[in-house]
Amino acid sequence: MLTLFTFIVLAAEQESGGSLIDVNPGVIFWTVVTFIFLMLVLKKFAWKPILTALDQRESAIKESLEKAEKAKEEAQKILDENQANLAKAEEESKKIISQSRAYAEKLKEQILLDSKAEAKKIIEEASSEIERKKDAAFDELKSQVAEIAIQAAEKILKENLDKNTQAKIVDKYIGEITKN
Amino acid sequence: MFSNQISNNTSAVVDTLKKAGQNNSDPSWIMHHVLDGKSISFEPFGTLYLPQMHLFGIDISITKHVFFIFVVALILIILALVSAKSYRKSLIPKGFANLFEIIIIFVRDEIVAPSIGKGYQIFLPYMLTLFFFILLSNLFGLIPYAASVTGNIAVTAALAGISFIATQFAGIKQHGVIKYFKNLVPSGMPGWILIIIIPLEVLGLFTKPFALCIRLFANMIAGHIVIFSLLGLIFIMHTIYVAPVSVGFALFIELLELLVALIQAYIFTMLTALFIGMSMHSEH
Repeated sequence: MLTLFTFIVLAAEQESGGSLIDVNPGVIFWTVVTFIFLMLVLKKFAWKPILTALDQRESAIKESLEKAEKAKEEAQKILDENQANLAKAEEESKKIISQSRAYAEKLKEQILLDSKAEAKKIIEEASSEIERKKDAAFDELKSQVAEIAIQAAEKILKENLDKNTQAKIVDKYIGEITKN
Repeated sequence: MFSNQISNNTSAVVDTLKKAGQNNSDPSWIMHHVLDGKSISFEPFGTLYLPQMHLFGIDISITKHVFFIFVVALILIILALVSAKSYRKSLIPKGFANLFEIIIIFVRDEIVAPSIGKGYQIFLPYMLTLFFFILLSNLFGLIPYAASVTGNIAVTAALAGISFIATQFAGIKQHGVIKYFKNLVPSGMPGWILIIIIPLEVLGLFTKPFALCIRLFANMIAGHIVIFSLLGLIFIMHTIYVAPVSVGFALFIELLELLVALIQAYIFTMLTALFIGMSMHSEH
């Protein structure tokens, strides 16, 4: 290929005077002018807005990524906090339940004990009342019996003895009875 | 075949084509297509003659290549403005601007930023213009009737010259005139060796843009010459049976040219960025 190339270059030089490596100053002039003009125009109307937009977009993306990362961290923190709170609440409720259960147990026992004591007291009272009533009735009965006996004896003895002698005798017997 | 496009062309072209008409094995007809000229031929529709101009004794006529430089610049301005307009409504571009943006980001993040380093923003407009101009010029060479302006050594020399000025400007702006030129020579050299080093370093300043100029020019012109040569085989051999082979190979080279157009735009921009970076951050 290189030989062909050289051949062509040489041939062209021989034949026409115009060669591949002829540097035309006019073309250089126009290239430089066009290039500089192109650069200035593109810089003002294309590169600057496009590059600014790219920078803006890149910083926006970076910012939103950072924000998202921060939000994620925040959410994680809140989640952890919530979980801790939940655990704490659960523990608290367990404690409350067990406490109240213990309290209820105690209360039950207390009530049971109280009611037992109350019942006992009532029974005791009742029995003492009965005893008392019994005693009273017995006393009354005794006095009534004595009265009746006296009256009976009086009736009988009225005919035999005077009242005083008879009473002495009755008292003596009654005293014997009580001694017995 | 080629004789009907002679008409009023310059005598050089006339000579070339006459020779080509007499002797079919002479390949100089190719030169008509790759060389600059004062007219643009749109076979078989006719020929466009371009105005001649002179300024201070220099021939600044609008030649074929100059005409296509204008066309490339115009198209580039239109494309860039269409893309820039897309950013005015929202930060997210639509349609064509996306393609444009990919190239801009590629140039910024893969070429300019790593090569120049800190403070690359000042050179970004120049670098982007350079890349797009070379790319579009290279691609233009693949369009029928159009010419590849980067296949003209004057154009590549001008581009390399601008790159050379940009490199010097970057170094001087960074270090100041005296320090910049002092930096060119490695410090701590014995006095006698400077006699050799200084001319070498000064030569080195100019070989870089020279290499840039030749590389782009040779790469672009070579592909075109190969395509024309392959097609020319049909006429040289006076047989149509060679056409499928010629066209096949030409198509292959054409596709290769598409790749080369991109690669050469990349290399030219990359090396310019590297040279600017080197002159800004001289390790000496």
